[in-house]
Amino acid sequence: MVVLGSPPSQGCPIPSQRLAAMIETISLTYAYNAGIFIFKDFNWKAQRGETWAVLGPSGCGKTTLLYLLAGLRLPTSGVVLINNQALTRPRPRTGLILQDYGLLPWATVQQNAALGLRVRNFYGPDGTHAPENYLPHLHVRPWLERLGLASLADKYPGQLSGGQRQRTAIARTLALQPDLLLMDEPFSSLDAPTRESLQNLTLELQKENDLTLVIVTHSIEEAAVMGSKILLLAPPPNTQAEVIENPVASQPGYRSSFEYTRITQELRLRLEAFSAQEEAPTGQGTIIIPDETP
Amino acid sequence: MKRRDLLYAVVALILLWQLAAWLVDRPILPAPLAVGAVFIRELNRGLVDHFLVSLWRVLASTALSICVAAPLGLILGQSQRLNKLFSPLIYLIYPIPKVVFVPVVLLFLGLGDAPKIVIIFLILFFQILVLVRDQAASLRPELLLSVRSLGAGRRALFRYVYLPASLPGILTALRQSVGTAVAVLYIAELFATQKGLGYYIYLNGSTLLNYEAMYAGIIAMSLLGLGLYFSVDWLEHRLCPWLYVS
Repeated sequence: MVVLGSPPSQGCPIPSQRLAAMIETISLTYAYNAGIFIFKDFNWKAQRGETWAVLGPSGCGKTTLLYLLAGLRLPTSGVVLINNQALTRPRPRTGLILQDYGLLPWATVQQNAALGLRVRNFYGPDGTHAPENYLPHLHVRPWLERLGLASLADKYPGQLSGGQRQRTAIARTLALQPDLLLMDEPFSSLDAPTRESLQNLTLELQKENDLTLVIVTHSIEEAAVMGSKILLLAPPPNTQAEVIENPVASQPGYRSSFEYTRITQELRLRLEAFSAQEEAPTGQGTIIIPDETP
Repeated sequence: MKRRDLLYAVVALILLWQLAAWLVDRPILPAPLAVGAVFIRELNRGLVDHFLVSLWRVLASTALSICVAAPLGLILGQSQRLNKLFSPLIYLIYPIPKVVFVPVVLLFLGLGDAPKIVIIFLILFFQILVLVRDQAASLRPELLLSVRSLGAGRRALFRYVYLPASLPGILTALRQSVGTAVAVLYIAELFATQKGLGYYIYLNGSTLLNYEAMYAGIIAMSLLGLGLYFSVDWLEHRLCPWLYVS
């Protein structure tokens, strides 16, 4: 893995932290108003520094899980522990990247990248909106350079390609020096070469910054490439965490390896089994599961 | 639009006017040159004062309506519940031509600047309210979630998302209604005042029968409207540069 540039890193974590759980859901239960359970007594654990892909059919609760981890939704019952702390609101050191970039159309790349810092400076280091040891600053230049955006610093999102927009969103999130990065279908609307290069870039950044990464995707290939562990969600309610180990992901040449073919094949069979289950009760062909409404 | 093209348009208008003046050949349509001379002479004889009074009335009511309508629009735009509560009311009032309230406002507020300012305020208020509300309501939930995930609470969302998002709404509202505002100002200045361009135009046209001066007043009022329109344009380029990049 070639590491380019040297953006601010968080230093080496001590080994005992390495083993600590970054994410833990304990009896996580989440239901929509209508009493439709998406998660029911769902237990799952992700260790610090791991890269997880969350895969599953439409409507399985992938995005809901990510919002729960981000603190943007609260469980109906049960707990989400991030870094051993129960989550009640968005946590300063958790970064979230969505498919639709979430950039301010009226702000330049530079200003967008600095938005998170601006918000932190606005509140000051209060421990809720910004870490307690936070020193106000607006330095995003190293991140723009690391993400190849330096020459676009004064452009507006409307002038950028999808890939450039998503890189701006990544710069904005990484400028906050997160330890947990959550991504919801971040590359789905990008063309294949851009998607692949951003996948690689994300994995590089994950290593450089010692991030715990959770990426939600509906793409089997993306799950295989990005996740050294893959959490497979079933049509709701999800009661058990089905985990597929994929330890050789993110190694050089992985995309053309036999292991890659094997794991995508396995994932495909597992997903097909879900849709077979769904069809069984009615026997009327494909059931269209509506897209999850966050 | 190029400045040069605008200049050509001005020249064309003056030529048309001249042509019409020749054809009509009556004192009620004097030639542009004669009106121009009177316009310059009248500047020293109170036209500037009338202009400034009208300008003040428009600016005061614009500032007032932005200060009141923009925050209300923001509040309605980010709360579905409040919006649901108030939208039937706004829906009913919005299309009423506010100019019909001129006599009512005059009866209530009497002489002076207050009734004029209030009339224009009524027009601009609803335009700004509706446009800012819709702009705030149309912010994509993903954008708000992203910014919330950066640590923003309600206050920071207002400061960094809702407030800047309302700016184009305010400017669009002004662009759309500044012409109407000046037109209604004219009507309002026909009554219960001895100051303002409306009064000046009416006085010269109907009482003094000084048609050149009447046209000088019309020019002054047109300049007022144009100036306001250009100002909004200029502000939009300055404050919303992202709307103008290719």
